[in-house]
Amino acid sequence: MRLRLVKQGTNFDFFKRWKLWLGISGLMMIVAFASFMIQGLNYGIDFRGGTTIRTESTQPVDIGVYRDALAPLELGDISITEVFDPQFAADQNVAMIRIEAQEGDEAVQSQLIAQIGTALQGADPGLKLPFASVESVGPKVSGELIQTAAIAVLLAIGAVLIYIWLRFEWQFALGAVLALVHDVILTIGVFSELQIRFDLAIIAALLTIVGYSLNDTVVVFDRVRENLRKYKKRPLNEVLNISINETLSRTFMTSVTTLLALIALFVLGGDVIRGFVFAMIWGVIVGTYSSIFVASAALLYLGVKRDWSKPDANSGNQYANIDA
Amino acid sequence: MLQIDLWKRILIWLTCATGLWLAMPNGFYTTVERHNDAVQAIELGADTAENRADRGVWPDWMPSGLVNLGLDLRGGAHLLAEVRVEDVYAARMQAAWPEIRDALRPERSTVGTIRLQPSAEDEVRVRISEPAGMPRALEIVRGLARPVQTITGVGATDIDVRAEGDVIVVTLSEEEKLATDERTVQQSLEIIRRRIDEVGTREPTIQRQGAQRILIQVPGIGSAGELKEIIGTTAQLTFNPVVTRGTNPDAAPGIGNSIVPSLDEPGVFYTIESAPVVTGEELVDAQPAFDQNGRPAVNFRFNSSGARKFGDYTAENIGSPFAIVLDDEVVSAPTIQSHIPGGSGIITGRFTVEESTNLAVLLRAGALPAGLDFLEERTIGPELGQDSIDAGKVATIVAFVAVLAFMLLSYGLFGLFANVALIINIGLIFGLLSLIGATLTLPGIAGIVLTVGMAVDANVLIFERIREELKTSKGPARAIELGYEKALSAILDANITTFITAVILFAMGSGPVRGFAITLGLGILTSVFTAIFVTRLLIVMWFERRRPKTIEV
Repeated sequence: MRLRLVKQGTNFDFFKRWKLWLGISGLMMIVAFASFMIQGLNYGIDFRGGTTIRTESTQPVDIGVYRDALAPLELGDISITEVFDPQFAADQNVAMIRIEAQEGDEAVQSQLIAQIGTALQGADPGLKLPFASVESVGPKVSGELIQTAAIAVLLAIGAVLIYIWLRFEWQFALGAVLALVHDVILTIGVFSELQIRFDLAIIAALLTIVGYSLNDTVVVFDRVRENLRKYKKRPLNEVLNISINETLSRTFMTSVTTLLALIALFVLGGDVIRGFVFAMIWGVIVGTYSSIFVASAALLYLGVKRDWSKPDANSGNQYANIDA
Repeated sequence: MLQIDLWKRILIWLTCATGLWLAMPNGFYTTVERHNDAVQAIELGADTAENRADRGVWPDWMPSGLVNLGLDLRGGAHLLAEVRVEDVYAARMQAAWPEIRDALRPERSTVGTIRLQPSAEDEVRVRISEPAGMPRALEIVRGLARPVQTITGVGATDIDVRAEGDVIVVTLSEEEKLATDERTVQQSLEIIRRRIDEVGTREPTIQRQGAQRILIQVPGIGSAGELKEIIGTTAQLTFNPVVTRGTNPDAAPGIGNSIVPSLDEPGVFYTIESAPVVTGEELVDAQPAFDQNGRPAVNFRFNSSGARKFGDYTAENIGSPFAIVLDDEVVSAPTIQSHIPGGSGIITGRFTVEESTNLAVLLRAGALPAGLDFLEERTIGPELGQDSIDAGKVATIVAFVAVLAFMLLSYGLFGLFANVALIINIGLIFGLLSLIGATLTLPGIAGIVLTVGMAVDANVLIFERIREELKTSKGPARAIELGYEKALSAILDANITTFITAVILFAMGSGPVRGFAITLGLGILTSVFTAIFVTRLLIVMWFERRRPKTIEV
């Protein structure tokens, strides 16, 4: 007996409430955007400059004690968080200390790191020196990194828009890009809502989400294109429905295998890349949803040129007159 | 019907075999690493029995390319330095003054007396007492200009000369600044590389980034601070005439002179002429040594032009002191006892043995032409790196097993074929990574895990399609063929779009992000290859042998 995630020959009507789905997606995007505007992102040092120090101690971390020990150094805004991971040994207590960017363009001086080490060791004799890791980014670079990251995401979306436009029709391209924007905004929204640290690696995750979501959308679209030729007389919503149902099994298979791999990484891959993996898990889920409920619904809204041999044969389906 | 030409079959198996062959050394990482280190040491001349034994641990005829581990996995230091290119403008202008003075001297009758005026760092201002002689003076100074080789500015020269009343203002031209910046950064890159090589660590990365930046990554070093000590000192050595010796740091030095502190006499300041007689650039050798009193010192030797300048100067100035200045501090200021020909000398000061050794290294590698600002510093401890490797290994294996089991449960025998292809796929990724000498980072491991998840996608597309085609009962052979045919466009479109994002990530990203882009991109290439060639070949071979009447996918 084979494992079947989706039984054969499904016939769900994905578009009975397509306006509702589009509405929900729109609303979620607004919530995500509002959260981003109001709460902002918890930027890592890559994007706002500063220093993070990863400490390891044999004694339990007392954040208050650490804070008091660092107070005399007058470092400005400090945040200290304890890090937990199931794979840590019993006497392995890890904390992340983040210090805001100091004066000037440069990264932090090694002298300062040494001072911090001495101060902390005074308060916590179990502290291991040198620190497990010290990363410092000067404000000059961090500004540029934000810019490069934003350009990278926009470039990726633009390049994809052009590719799909060339391979399909502009309506497909627009639908796919809407889905991408949806995924990116929702991911940023989650990072803003949960205040997970947003650093360079998350940008990589965002771009991967773009790639994955697209992968999914393109597979559905490919089938839509095929079925548009096959069922010339049926209305667009039916063709879309058939296409999505036909590819549903594959959509789920791929999502599940990818999620299996990602969850393994999330649980076992260590705390250093957990935020990164979280973004990708979230992206796979949102990306799968969006290729059906955003990309295809947008396609339905925009209408498609039906007969590919004759340039102007839009008539014959009820959505043909809706044009964007 | 299902047919694959023999030559294609051979080609497919050859590709797989080559990939796996290249990937193999990674399975014996520490052994191969020992072998590689020994080979390198022997090449460099350390042909010891120990190195020979180490070389023997891995046969020479086997591939020995390894996937480099990134800093986040191995531990080490990362620095992003910006070269202060403006430093060089100031040095150039300082050197220009004596040249201008010497050129104008024979024309005193027309231009009158010449005096250096207080000038900004990147210009020289010279006042002449006979304003009527200005056109002649400008002509002479302009005659000192040298042409600059640039793509855009044909006929451009290195300096701009203009008159402001009775003052001649000389600045570097824009073209020359660009050319100088380029040279400065290139030179800094070279010198940093030499200094790091002198210390001798494994596989440092020293790359130029953008116009003015240099990225330095050194695995295995204790901290970014240590790395900075090696490369951060400019070690700018100059020999300047001494004007006076005093204790006031704020005394007016007089135009063309500057005040620098003494290295080992606290409270003592020397007024020296800013334009040096000779600079460290003209050194050919520097070795740690001891002076006649047995104190650590550094012996040095000038090249022929440096030796001549130094010889001439000492001959003309017997009895007056000159200063040996290192990075704006006077190391010592001996009085010239006699003419020093030959061009060698000794620097004494209150050095420790270690300091004198370091100074010799720095002088030998050459001075950095300009100062460095460190914009980014990262230190990753070796233990954290090892933890990440361990975690990554476990996660990859678990992810791998989960996906294999899932595929087998879902597609039975066909799932098994896909699994064989997946294993080959991972092998190919590592083979390619070793071949191009790419660096594996922690996000890179995530990229591989993601590839494991996504690699089956192409197979899933094909298998689902075969299932559909089977429903229309065309017979198994036809269904398989159609399945491959029809799934192809979706596979290609889906993977090309993902590949585009990987390329953009690679182009825009840096460090770990780039590592991720590499594994993702390579993973896409190998997974498309294994899905449309390897699984297909496996299925066709199985089909030819069994000739099943019905198949279940």
